Amino acid sequence: MIEINVGSNIKLVNFNPLSLFIPGGILKHSSPLAILFAAAAAISGAAQAQIAPDRQAEILYLLKHDCGSCHGMRLEGGLGPALTAERLNAWESDLLAMTILYGRPGTPMPPWRPFLTDSEARWLAARLKEGIRP
Amino acid sequence: MRAVLFLISGLLLCGQSVAECLTRGTGDLGIVIERAAGSLQVLDTTAHATLFRVEGLGDLSHASAVYSRDGRYAFVFGRDGGLTKVDILCGKIINRVVQGGNSIGGAISQNGQLIAVSNYDPGGVKIFSANDLSLVADIPATQVTDRDGNLRGSKTVGLVDTTGQRFVVSLYDSGEAWVIDMHNPASPQIQRYTGIGSLPYDALITPDGRYYISGLFGQDGLALLDLWHPENPPRLILENYGHGEQKLPVYKMPHLEGWAIAGDRAFLPAVGRHEVLIVRRQDWMESGRIKVHGQPVFVMARPDGRQVWVNFAFPDNDTIQVIDTETLTIVKTLQTGKGTLHMEFTPRGEEVWISVRDLDEVQVYDTATLSLIHRLPVDKPSGIFFTSRAHQTGL
Repeated sequence: MIEINVGSNIKLVNFNPLSLFIPGGILKHSSPLAILFAAAAAISGAAQAQIAPDRQAEILYLLKHDCGSCHGMRLEGGLGPALTAERLNAWESDLLAMTILYGRPGTPMPPWRPFLTDSEARWLAARLKEGIRP
Repeated sequence: MRAVLFLISGLLLCGQSVAECLTRGTGDLGIVIERAAGSLQVLDTTAHATLFRVEGLGDLSHASAVYSRDGRYAFVFGRDGGLTKVDILCGKIINRVVQGGNSIGGAISQNGQLIAVSNYDPGGVKIFSANDLSLVADIPATQVTDRDGNLRGSKTVGLVDTTGQRFVVSLYDSGEAWVIDMHNPASPQIQRYTGIGSLPYDALITPDGRYYISGLFGQDGLALLDLWHPENPPRLILENYGHGEQKLPVYKMPHLEGWAIAGDRAFLPAVGRHEVLIVRRQDWMESGRIKVHGQPVFVMARPDGRQVWVNFAFPDNDTIQVIDTETLTIVKTLQTGKGTLHMEFTPRGEEVWISVRDLDEVQVYDTATLSLIHRLPVDKPSGIFFTSRAHQTGL
């Protein structure tokens, strides 16, 4: 069972710090990629926390059924691209974690920050890079 | 002696396979997809029972089905590009082809002779004989450059059938709608409408087969095509809906198939909002919004149009709400369980069958009392499809 930490009445968009920058303001001349790299560097600095086995199972269930509704339950792609190790090879693990946490503006990929911690997203990104099939 | 034994065992096998098949009508039957196991169950909606479990349908993480006009065969479209013809009276696969790399849905032609499948990879539409699943036409989609810089066919979505042996489909990446006329199967005629809007993600057709409406992910509004007047290009409707408002992140795309028409109103899921839109059918103008529990995925009318039942995207997918179409208020909120993915009404609407993935069950509700009357064990259920779809345009 997945534990949802957020009530349905909370506007999830407020969790996305990138959305604060993109419409304008001091960072409007920075490329989104540069922002992602900067934020990824910040995440890299965080201590690698242990993910409890029960929570790992929950995250993989989320990957299979909820990520899977766009990326395919076997992660071979759908409306969203495939998440196979081969396709993700060119991506740094931390940048993948950032994409999971904050989504990809301009695409249907939403931010999963309300449901995953930084270390959980990094753990999931590392599993995807290894080629996990949930 | 050996010949006699062979003959006897042949007769036994023959008798067995006959015994396995049912001799009955199919009008009260249906199927439910078991999305994780790649299997389905054949359901009897009168007995509230499972008749068969059929395995070996591949990746059904996103699956849909249409029926032959005699209501005996289900054609199941799987995510892995599999197209499987299932005999629901015998509970067995009678034909299966893997026709593409990654597919999203399909349709059966007005005369029941052709099955069309829309594909993500490679993008395009393939059309098969309903009889033996042999390929009749292969229609590649407009080429686009994807985010990895590769040239590929646009993903095709929202494929439906309509009158005149035609199929209609939307092209997600290139923002088009195509009308494919299969009157002469050897020579498909394609009418292409470009620039219908940004990122059409799904589409619906009105039950009379006249209006084809594409939902747009990349912008506000929907694209409306009047198939009685194919000389007119699609026009944008509800384009001011949500103007200037921040959308919420979308954790599951809404589905438009099985949308709700009740009287002179249509009910649609709003993208990225906790709202159901009400649209006047005369002029396709917005006439109101109903605040609901989460982002709607399926918004479906009971066959008589008096109620609209709504399920929701993650993380609110543990709930169903029922809207009274006369008062436009929510009359019931049901806690069905996490992973409430799909619902299907019995042909005359006295019951609705609801898939609850995380409980591994299908729940049956009485739509008059809005109460749970039966549970059926089903492994990770998703789409439910009853044979009454066989006689409905667009389903």
